[in-house]
Amino acid sequence: MTLTQQDIDAEIAAEHAAYRKRVADGGPVEHHPRRDYAPYRSSVLRHPGQPPIAIDVTKDPELVELSSPAFGERDITEIDNDLTRQHAGEPIGERITVSGRLLDRDGRPVRGQLVEIWQANSAGRYAHQREQHDAPLDPNFTGVGRTLTDDDGCYRFTTVQPGPYPWRNHVNAWRPAHIHFSVFGSAFTQRLVTQMYFPNDPLFPYDPILQSVTDDAARQRLVATYDHSLSVPEFSLGYHWDIVLDGPRATWMEEGR
Amino acid sequence: MTKIDTSSPENVLPTPSHTVGPFYGYALPFRGGEQIAPLGHPETITVHGYVYDGAGKPLPDALLEVWGPDPDGNLPTADGSMRRDPATGGFLGRNGVEFTGFGRIQTDADGHWYVRTLRPGARGANAPYLSLCVFARGLLVHLFTRIYLPGDETALAADPLLSRVADGRRGTLIAADEGHGTYRFDIRLQGEGETVFLEFQ
Repeated sequence: MTLTQQDIDAEIAAEHAAYRKRVADGGPVEHHPRRDYAPYRSSVLRHPGQPPIAIDVTKDPELVELSSPAFGERDITEIDNDLTRQHAGEPIGERITVSGRLLDRDGRPVRGQLVEIWQANSAGRYAHQREQHDAPLDPNFTGVGRTLTDDDGCYRFTTVQPGPYPWRNHVNAWRPAHIHFSVFGSAFTQRLVTQMYFPNDPLFPYDPILQSVTDDAARQRLVATYDHSLSVPEFSLGYHWDIVLDGPRATWMEEGR
Repeated sequence: MTKIDTSSPENVLPTPSHTVGPFYGYALPFRGGEQIAPLGHPETITVHGYVYDGAGKPLPDALLEVWGPDPDGNLPTADGSMRRDPATGGFLGRNGVEFTGFGRIQTDADGHWYVRTLRPGARGANAPYLSLCVFARGLLVHLFTRIYLPGDETALAADPLLSRVADGRRGTLIAADEGHGTYRFDIRLQGEGETVFLEFQ
């Protein structure tokens, strides 16, 4: 049976309604997607059926997961955070500056940690061999960036606006334009891989990946804000996107840090 | 919205997780990602296995991250897992001397993965283990688990996590000894023999 956008829309609506009912019945706000989210078909065979086992990190300061790998200046190059300068020529597309802060749940900056991004080019094509979409590749754009957060937890990338692209979740499925982010915290428990979206994208309601975040406010936190003060005259448009890491960390180690 | 007001804690709410998707392969893996152990180190072990979905099919597009202590149980502080070449922008590979404790591995077309690292030492009351984080297309939030090594039954029996896991599932957290410092650790995301996954609170 052919799966249409209408089918997926109905499933998305049912998942949103189920979440609203859970909250009305006293359930917690769900900041993250449920791993079992059928409108995103790839999740069906890839989510655990058993609940995870909870580990209370406050009971054991020796847990390996309360520390995090270290990254330093030798793990990045000077132009890693400028995706428009990694080839001989200029990539095609609207140049953008994406910047924000990496924070923990207490709003404190996460300093000196690794932020990695990857994205499609301005035509909506990834520089990945398995990518099937027949939009053009750009010889001047790979779409990979890295940086370390500074003492205020800030990161900054220069890149081009990624294009939306079709995928095969259902007939006429399109992903809203997005940039993939991978970030580390001061504890491995805070590890986060996610996607940043651009404001007012008309594809938002149709996308089962974005809609897998069923809480409206949480979903909004995945959308960057246009920030004119970040726009660079004669060069790029600016977007601001702060990232807040979830997951517990070793609070007793952070005194005096 | 996406400018977080840090002046009041109730406004500081977590950024939701999303799947790593299918196309991270040209971005996240790095040369030597699976070779964490310094060259020729006598405490080197190899852990390998498959990642399976709920139909028992191996995942050719899973990404694993391994993080663990050194043989004395100390947590590494060295950076340099993904040393770069400033001339080409490429990866230099590890320097073969320092131990960063961190590895990143993409499953191959067969769904197989391996990591060569140092035998982890014990920390506190815990039996020695490697922390493992699983990412994949289709997985909206990554999964944490642990790789315990067999051998010291007393330490495993006393481990605060393993002692809480039902007998039938405990084995999913303990690698199988294949001899010569090689261990097998399969990850089953769903269904029969499903791996025990963890949530930190």
